[in-house]
Amino acid sequence: MQVELNVNGRSIAVDVEPRCTLLDCLREEIGLKGTHAGCEHGVCGACTILLNGEPVRSCLMLAVQGDGHAITTIEGLNPSPGELIVLQDAFCETHGMQCGYCTPGMILAGQALLARTLSPSRAEIVDAISGNICRCTGYGQIVEAIALAAERLRTANQKPGGA
Amino acid sequence: MKPVAFEYERPATVAEACRLLASDADARVLAGGQTLIPMLAMRLARPSRLVDIARISELSGICDEGGFVAIGAATRQVIAEREPLIALKVPLLAKALPWVGHAPTRNRGTVGGSIANGDPAAEIPLVAVTLDATFLVQTAEEKSELAASEFYVGPMITALPEGGILIAAHFPVWAEGRIGAGFHEISARKSDFAIVAAAAQVALDADGRCTALAVGLGGAGDTPVRLDAVAETLIGSRLEDKLVRDAVAAATADLETADDLHASAAYRSRVAATLARRAIADARAEATGGRHAG
Repeated sequence: MQVELNVNGRSIAVDVEPRCTLLDCLREEIGLKGTHAGCEHGVCGACTILLNGEPVRSCLMLAVQGDGHAITTIEGLNPSPGELIVLQDAFCETHGMQCGYCTPGMILAGQALLARTLSPSRAEIVDAISGNICRCTGYGQIVEAIALAAERLRTANQKPGGA
Repeated sequence: MKPVAFEYERPATVAEACRLLASDADARVLAGGQTLIPMLAMRLARPSRLVDIARISELSGICDEGGFVAIGAATRQVIAEREPLIALKVPLLAKALPWVGHAPTRNRGTVGGSIANGDPAAEIPLVAVTLDATFLVQTAEEKSELAASEFYVGPMITALPEGGILIAAHFPVWAEGRIGAGFHEISARKSDFAIVAAAAQVALDADGRCTALAVGLGGAGDTPVRLDAVAETLIGSRLEDKLVRDAVAAATADLETADDLHASAAYRSRVAATLARRAIADARAEATGGRHAG
């Protein structure tokens, strides 16, 4: 089936079988391998993308369901090649990753939260990543990374020491 | 972990969707896909054709109909969760929605999908049974209405007719008194399927006496159940702790509970009674806190 997808602001026509998940389409047809394939049945969150700005699991969507939506993958966050967004920098600084498998999903889930609020409580951060499994870090540093990014974004345009 | 091949159709109307379903006994309805697509991936479901109803406009939306709030079957769970009308008119549903899956699945999952799937541990069916909601169903031949309590026959088994589509759910609005709701659930991890969930909505008069009460349990047995005996005993009282404890204990004494890998039947019974008590206590506290019927 022909389907036209809007991925990271670019319109891409693909020809896929109806059974092809959006995850497989992004990785195999479009070549965006930053969306990771984990459990492939909606449990792990490694394949998280943003659909119209909200986190969803790309393994739980068919590619043919994807037309007419704005799809954002991890590759679509960066303003220019090689440049990290504030949240990615925070993950590096707090050691919010080890093997990196869950990281794209964690970043996108975190980014969706930060788009809603720059003052998330710890409970809100934990809730925002509750659908994403990490088997290395124990989550502590991931929560720390999102909190650090929120703080930096919140205070980015304030004078030092002033509110 | 890849589905078998199937055809994909996206009809524009319910009538067309019904025709497609009637013409192929192995066709399945696809809405949010948050349960069906994993079943496809594991090849536990092998449909010949998927009929995608998610973009049929007549199936989406939340509407205040006076005596009830109508929720279109293809309305995304996240839309219902953020809808002020539901918080105001059907407070128990508003309490339960944040417990449904987790945020990424609520962004895609639909209210009707959860209802039609009929998982015994699911929160929306529990609220529907507790509040005595009505489901609208359409087939190629006819439209019909079913009470939520008649709809659930067994685990993942419903009275939805063959080739039928769930159109909408009507959740009753309680119009009198001070209304409060309580919802409790335990699971192995946050967002996992409930081992047991309990839901309660109460109405109190100006004197603090209970004028209406609905209590239900999910995950305990094969289908969600409403504990009518608890309501019968407690209406007219002030929902004192001891009365509530005794009424819940009596109503859950013979409850048939499931025994599986996650919890024994005895554990489920004990937890069911405890959570039901807590849900009623929370509902009473919220009603006492001054919420007025909308």
